Amino acid sequence: MAGSTFIYVTYIRTSPDKLWKALTSPEFIRQYWFGMHCESDWQTGSSWRLMFEDGRVADTGEIVESTPGKRLAIRWRNEFKPELKAEGDSLCVMEIEAAGDASKLTVTHSIDKEGSEFIRAVSGGWPRILSNLKSLLETGDVALASKPH
Amino acid sequence: MDDDAVFRALADASRRLLLDRLHAESGQTLLQLCQGLEMSRQAVAKHLRILEEANLVSSQRMGREKRHFLNPVPINQIAERWIGKFEQPRLAALSELKEALERPDGERNE
Repeated sequence: MAGSTFIYVTYIRTSPDKLWKALTSPEFIRQYWFGMHCESDWQTGSSWRLMFEDGRVADTGEIVESTPGKRLAIRWRNEFKPELKAEGDSLCVMEIEAAGDASKLTVTHSIDKEGSEFIRAVSGGWPRILSNLKSLLETGDVALASKPH
Repeated sequence: MDDDAVFRALADASRRLLLDRLHAESGQTLLQLCQGLEMSRQAVAKHLRILEEANLVSSQRMGREKRHFLNPVPINQIAERWIGKFEQPRLAALSELKEALERPDGERNE
């Protein structure tokens, strides 16, 4: 098969609307994304940037699709590691579905390149980011405040 | 999510093997996962269903194919529940030590 894909799924005891706010609010993102945050107005076609805590740009991209409470798609490329940047655009799709009194969040991150190092790099981060997001929404606190080594 | 379902799903060597194979190569079909295993296709399908119910495997339809992906989020949550941020570097050091000591002599890089 062509390309590299990772799919991460988590069930969070919260409403789709609250989950959407958590995914699109810079202050909230900072709390579960190890101090990093996103800059965007989250409208389809708008630019998107992921920033390090110290203000450097980590990744950039565009919002490809934005349906509040349901689906967010970001065209996403690395900016700070030349070998990852060289792989070009990836696509990250976040889908929210109501599942009983919880919400199911599916993050699909893919790139049109077999054995992608970029996908390998982000795949290490997603499980921890999603665990933090789940803890934060369910208990008001994160399990890991700083990035483990 | 139900932690019991995760532990039950992990308490089987065949299912852990399937997770290892998905870790080595994500996005495999049932047919690919069956290759080289001494299990019937039905048995593999049943194990995959249990893994999916525990949210350890997610699947995606791509055309006529159903591809399977390891979802490590529940395992990460279980790990973080008991492993605090201060313990993590020490545990990583212990895992490395265990790995180095258990490696057969010929493979030791010295």
